[in-house]
Amino acid sequence: MSIGRREFIKIAAVTAGAAGAGSASAATPHAEGTDGPGVLVDTTLCVGCRACEAACAEKNELPTPPESDDVMLQRRDTAPQVFTVVNRAEKDDGTVRFAKKQCMHCLAPGCASACPVRAMDKSPEGPVVYDPSKCMGCRYCMVACPFDVPKYEYDSWKPRVRKCSFCADRQAKGLKPACTEVCPSGALTFGRRSELLELAKTRIYTNPGKYVPHVYGEHEAGGTSWLYITDLDLEKLAFRADVPEKDIPSHVSGALSAPPFVMTLWPPLLMGLYVFSRRKNGAEGEEHGKEDHHG
Amino acid sequence: MASVQAGAVTAQQSFVREKILLGMGWREYARSCCTKGNAIAAAILVVGLPIFVYRFIAGLGATTALSQTAPWGLWIGFDMMTGIALAAGGFTIGATVQIFGLEEYHPIERPAILTAFLGYVMAVIGLLADLGRPWNIVMAMFNFGTASALFEVAWCVMCYTTVLLLEFTVPAFEWLGWRKLHAVMRKALIGLTVLSVMFSTMHQSALGSLFLLAPTKLHPLWYTPFIFVFFFISAIIAGISMVIVESMLSHRAFHSQVAGNHVDMDKLTLGLGKAGALVMFAYFFLKLQGVIDGHAWGYLPTAYGALFLVETVGFVLVPAFLFAYGARNAKVKLVRAAGVMGVLGVILNRLNVSIVAFNWNQPVRYVPSASEVIVSITLVTIGVLAFRWIVNRMPILREDPRFAAGHH
Ligand code: SF4
Ligand code: SF4
Ligand code: SF4
Repeated sequence: MSIGRREFIKIAAVTAGAAGAGSASAATPHAEGTDGPGVLVDTTLCVGCRACEAACAEKNELPTPPESDDVMLQRRDTAPQVFTVVNRAEKDDGTVRFAKKQCMHCLAPGCASACPVRAMDKSPEGPVVYDPSKCMGCRYCMVACPFDVPKYEYDSWKPRVRKCSFCADRQAKGLKPACTEVCPSGALTFGRRSELLELAKTRIYTNPGKYVPHVYGEHEAGGTSWLYITDLDLEKLAFRADVPEKDIPSHVSGALSAPPFVMTLWPPLLMGLYVFSRRKNGAEGEEHGKEDHHG
Repeated sequence: MASVQAGAVTAQQSFVREKILLGMGWREYARSCCTKGNAIAAAILVVGLPIFVYRFIAGLGATTALSQTAPWGLWIGFDMMTGIALAAGGFTIGATVQIFGLEEYHPIERPAILTAFLGYVMAVIGLLADLGRPWNIVMAMFNFGTASALFEVAWCVMCYTTVLLLEFTVPAFEWLGWRKLHAVMRKALIGLTVLSVMFSTMHQSALGSLFLLAPTKLHPLWYTPFIFVFFFISAIIAGISMVIVESMLSHRAFHSQVAGNHVDMDKLTLGLGKAGALVMFAYFFLKLQGVIDGHAWGYLPTAYGALFLVETVGFVLVPAFLFAYGARNAKVKLVRAAGVMGVLGVILNRLNVSIVAFNWNQPVRYVPSASEVIVSITLVTIGVLAFRWIVNRMPILREDPRFAAGHH
């Protein structure tokens, strides 16, 4: 008994290990090389007018955001009926900064890789979009998003996952996302991601000492379509600072390459063990049928 | 014509009487059901079932404490994660008997498979309650999210529940006296066992893989790239421990069933204890390795560290020693105690990973609502009632003499 079980585990561990090692060396599929649409957010230019919030609500038929700027006294998060929010933070020298938050439209989105039914999916054009008609409501996409973006309609009997869609429908018609169209200050620049990355770095290098020398979204979670440059710690503006550089799907791919091994290895292995154990049992095993009960 | 009908009716009646009512008349049967245990069970169902139904009308917000930072609660963490782990006895014992040829474990194979089957059915019902759009569960058959560990879990649960149902037909057909079908299914049993090991291996570990994509959300003491291996091994621990506990309970509760059936339960329990000790020691050292690899030492002197130590030392290392000591010195009671601890340990582990240590760095903590707790208790109660109903009627703990005899 103990031998059988020990072998069993050893084999299981070896199988799993081999699978993990095999995929670790494999290149990450879609983290690089995508050059879809993007937005550069320059938080030093944002004036906190919240026109983007209003435009987003109008475009997506969401409740109008509160008029009063008092809401910015508290940290806010996106919600089922709020796809973007502008947060406010004070710098050490007393000046204030703002940054809008929404779905980052990751290049290799954790949410989409988590979804078992592809209700959350990355469209070939770039935006990460959601289709409620496929969604089972497992909320695994919420578990998977490192930026805590997808929100859930818990109050409904047929709830949806809600988040910014990057105005995929407007983009399909050749229009800019609603928020970027109304932004009066030039804080939001819509364009090709690669060009925006250039622009971001140019701004950082041509204004020495002005910006934090880091483009948030260049590498976070394997890269995102939305990029941010700032002159303060983004964590103060309610952004997660702990997002790993490795894209989320690649954390799982090692384990996920195990099933094919299991499916091809297990049956012959187990049948082999079966035959072996019969032979070991010898005469006794031959006399009785194998399921026989000797009691 | 009339007599044929009358004959059919009496045959029908005697079938019901023999197979369903345990040889009693309706009234007698109804009276035999008036026990204290049944009263408690009835009370639970009377409260729990309406809440279960209400959840589908009012939505998750009205019945659960789930939030935007706690998308998964008790129904995933307990009903699904734990239910399936505890059902692992089905494939561990199945493999022991059918594949490794350890015939002496045959008497506990059927109860283990039945427990597994009921465990999965309850997990699936719990899942339906948890899914926001349960009617779309069929989408998993048409839209292949193959990059998702949850996709793998969904498919394996689907397939494995079917396999367990087929395995369960063997005693069910004996009960019904359907000899031909029974013979076919009995032959298919090895094939089914291979399938069951395959599906179990995949999705017991895939349940762990689910958390791989939350490296910033799961506490570093629990997050490791090898969490899927941990889940697989702890499922084996759960399987072994659960079989020990369940055979202890059912041999107490179903005395009449086991009477005259000379199975040396103590010997089997000791054997299971030996296996349990081995797997648990291995698991403990792997857990340790996980902490080393993750450089998570620094978290040990925190509250989460204490919880981690309770889980790994209190409910893995200690029962491992009890198993080893008990098995070596033939102390069945110790082995049983260790089995209970093993079961509790796996429950604790699953709850820690999916609830307590998940989103540990978020300000809002999730505490399950009363409705969630009641629905979970209701599901467990239904499982126990179903187990009892079946064991009282079908050859699960005892051999059916008509079928056992035919094989000698
Ligand atoms: S930010 Fe979150 S929701 Fe948006 S694409 Fe990335 S993983 Fe998905
Ligand atoms: S909740 Fe819906 S969109 Fe999110 S992972 Fe589940 S099925 Fe996909
Ligand atoms: S519209 Fe532009 S300037 Fe106004 S809050 Fe939004 S990003 Fe800032």
